[in-house]
Amino acid sequence: MKVPARASFDRPPLPAVAEAGASVSDGVLPRRALWPRLALGLAVLVGAILLAAAVGPAGIPADAVARIILSRLPPAGGLAGGLPQSWQDIVWEVRLPRVVMAGLVGATLAFSGATYQAVFRNPLADPYLIGVAAGASLGATVVIVSPLRYTFGGLSLVPLAAFAGALSAVVLAYGLARVGRTVPTVTLILAGVAISSVATSATSFLILADSQRMLPALTWLLGGFNLSGWGKLWWVLPYVLPAAAVILLHGRILNVLQLDEEQAQQLGVNVERVKLLLLGAASLATAAAVSVSGIIGFVGLIVPHAVRMLWGPDYRQLLPMSMVLGATFLILADLLARTVNTPGEIPVGIITAFCGAPFFLYLLRLRQRAVF
Amino acid sequence: MLEIRDLTVAYGDLVALRQVSLSLSEGEMLGVVGPNGSGKSTLIRAITRVVRPRSGAIRLDGRDATRLSQRELAQRVAVVPQNPYLPDAFTALEVALMGRTPHLGLLQSEGRADLAAVRRALEQTDTWHLATRRAGELSGGERQRVVVARALAQEAPILLLDEPTAHLDVGHQATVLDLVRRLCRESGADTRPRAVLAVVHDLTLAAQYCDRLVMLNDGRVAAEGKPYEVLSPEILASVYGTRVWVFPHPLTGRPVVTPMSETFRPAPTKSGW
Repeated sequence: MKVPARASFDRPPLPAVAEAGASVSDGVLPRRALWPRLALGLAVLVGAILLAAAVGPAGIPADAVARIILSRLPPAGGLAGGLPQSWQDIVWEVRLPRVVMAGLVGATLAFSGATYQAVFRNPLADPYLIGVAAGASLGATVVIVSPLRYTFGGLSLVPLAAFAGALSAVVLAYGLARVGRTVPTVTLILAGVAISSVATSATSFLILADSQRMLPALTWLLGGFNLSGWGKLWWVLPYVLPAAAVILLHGRILNVLQLDEEQAQQLGVNVERVKLLLLGAASLATAAAVSVSGIIGFVGLIVPHAVRMLWGPDYRQLLPMSMVLGATFLILADLLARTVNTPGEIPVGIITAFCGAPFFLYLLRLRQRAVF
Repeated sequence: MLEIRDLTVAYGDLVALRQVSLSLSEGEMLGVVGPNGSGKSTLIRAITRVVRPRSGAIRLDGRDATRLSQRELAQRVAVVPQNPYLPDAFTALEVALMGRTPHLGLLQSEGRADLAAVRRALEQTDTWHLATRRAGELSGGERQRVVVARALAQEAPILLLDEPTAHLDVGHQATVLDLVRRLCRESGADTRPRAVLAVVHDLTLAAQYCDRLVMLNDGRVAAEGKPYEVLSPEILASVYGTRVWVFPHPLTGRPVVTPMSETFRPAPTKSGW
C-alpha cells in the first residue's frame, strides 16, 4: 500500500531571514544597547551630583563645584586655585559626602530591589521584603530609646545596631523558611512578613513607651542623610561593592530564573545556591545602606520598574541602569529634602514616596504592555 | 544512554514512583504513557534532579547522574516541561537563548555560535518568524514550540519531553514529533538529541511515533514493549479502568486507541477485539 505524502511532514523551508547577527539579533539582544544607555545615565548622574553639591544655603556655581571636585583628583590639582577656601570646604567636606552617600544608598536600594524582584519573581518585592527594614528599625530603636549613652567618642552605635538587627531578621527568616535542603521562596516571603510584623510592633511599642525619644527614633525611621561625612562611606562600601559585583555577574542567570525554579534548574542553574548567594548579597548591601540612612521607602520598588518600563526586562542591563537611576533619584530627592523647608530638613523618605509614586503611575500609564 | 534502576520517589508520604526501572538507548524514541497521577512527570523531574529520589540509581552513559553538577546534567539532558511558564516580557528569541545557559560561564554572554544554534532550533520548530515577539503575545502552541526550540538549542544528547504536544494543533503535533524522531535517528552532528524520552498522553499518538512504550500505573511499570504489546485492550482496561477500542492503523499497522462509549456498544457477535 502506498503511503500518501503528509503535508505536515515536510513543510516548505521558512522564508529566509537576514543573517544571524544582523537585523534580528541586533534588535533583540539588548546587551548591545547597554553602553549608550549607561553613558547617558552616567551623564545625568554626574549632572545631579553637580547640582546637588551646588545648591544649598551658600549658593556655589556648578562650574566651581566641578573644579573643586576635579582638584581633589591627583592630576588636576591646580583647578581650584582662586576659589574661596570656604567654598572648597562646603563642597568637599559637607555637601559632597552627603551627595555621594545618597547616591550610594540609592544605587544599593535599587539593585537590591531588582534582585529581590528577580529572585522572588514578584513585581511587588522590595529590598525590605524579608525583614531588613523591620530588623534595622528595631535595632536602631532599641539603641535610641535605651537609657545608655549611645555615642562613644562621636561614634554612634545606631548604625551598628541597625545593621545587626537587619541581618538577624533576614537570617531568622531564612532559617524559619528552610525546608530540608531548600528554601522555598513563598515560605521565605511569609517568614519575612511574619518577622517584619513582630519587629515592627516591638519597635512601635518602644517608641510609644518613651515620649522623649520618640522624635529622634521616628526621624531615624523615616530616613535621611543629615550627618553624612566621608567616614561613613567606609562603613557601607565594604558590603555594597562586593554585593554589587556578585549581583551584576548574575544578570543572565537572573533572566533564566524568571522562567521558574524548575525550568532554571533544568537549564543547568543551581537554583538554591544562586538564590542564597544573591539574596544574601542584596540583604547584606541593604542592611549596610539602611544602617546609615534609615528606612528610605519606594526607591527599591519603583526604580527597577521604571528601568523595566523604559528599557525592558533583561537583568544584564536592568541591574546597572537601576544603580545609576537609583543613585540619581535619591540624590535629587535628598536635595529636595534639605531645600524645600529651609532651614529645616524633612526626612528624605517622605520625598521619595511623594515624588516617586506619581512618576511611577505616569510610567505605568505610558507603557501598557507587559514589563515584568 | 540513560539507565534507571529501582527508582523510588516520594513527596512526603505520597510515593510517586515505586521501583521503576527503564533504559533508553541511542537512536531510540521511548514513550512513557499512563493515567493521570501515574508518575510520568515525576520521572522527568527525578532524572533532572528537581526532586531527589528516595532510592534507586540513574546512570547517564554509564556515569552516576548524581555525581554530575546541575550544569553538567543540563549539558547532557534537555527538558521540555509540561505547561512551562514563560515571563511575558521576554521575547521568543530571548527565551530560546536561555537554552544556551549550560554552555555559558558566569562571565560569558551569548556569542555568534549560540545565536546560530538558537536560530537553527527556532527554524526547526517553525518559530523563527516569532523571534522578536514577546512571550506574552504568543499562543499556547507557539509557546510550546519555542520551548521545544529552547531544549534543542541546549544541544544535549538526551531529550526529555513532558506532554510536548498538549497545546499543539494536529499539524504542529506532527511537526514536533517528526522532528525529534528524525533528529534522534539521524547520524552525524553531535549537537542533536540522540535519544528521546517523551511523556505522551495521547495513546494513539504515542503508538505512531515511539519505538517502545513504557506504561506507568500508580508509580509502577505496568507494561513495557512495542506499542502493540503495551496497548492491548486487556492492559488498557486494567490500567485505565475503562473499555477502549484498539485497532491497527490502516497504513502503519500501529495501534489506534479510542474510548468505547457506553451508548454505542457493539453487538457482542461483531466485537473482534
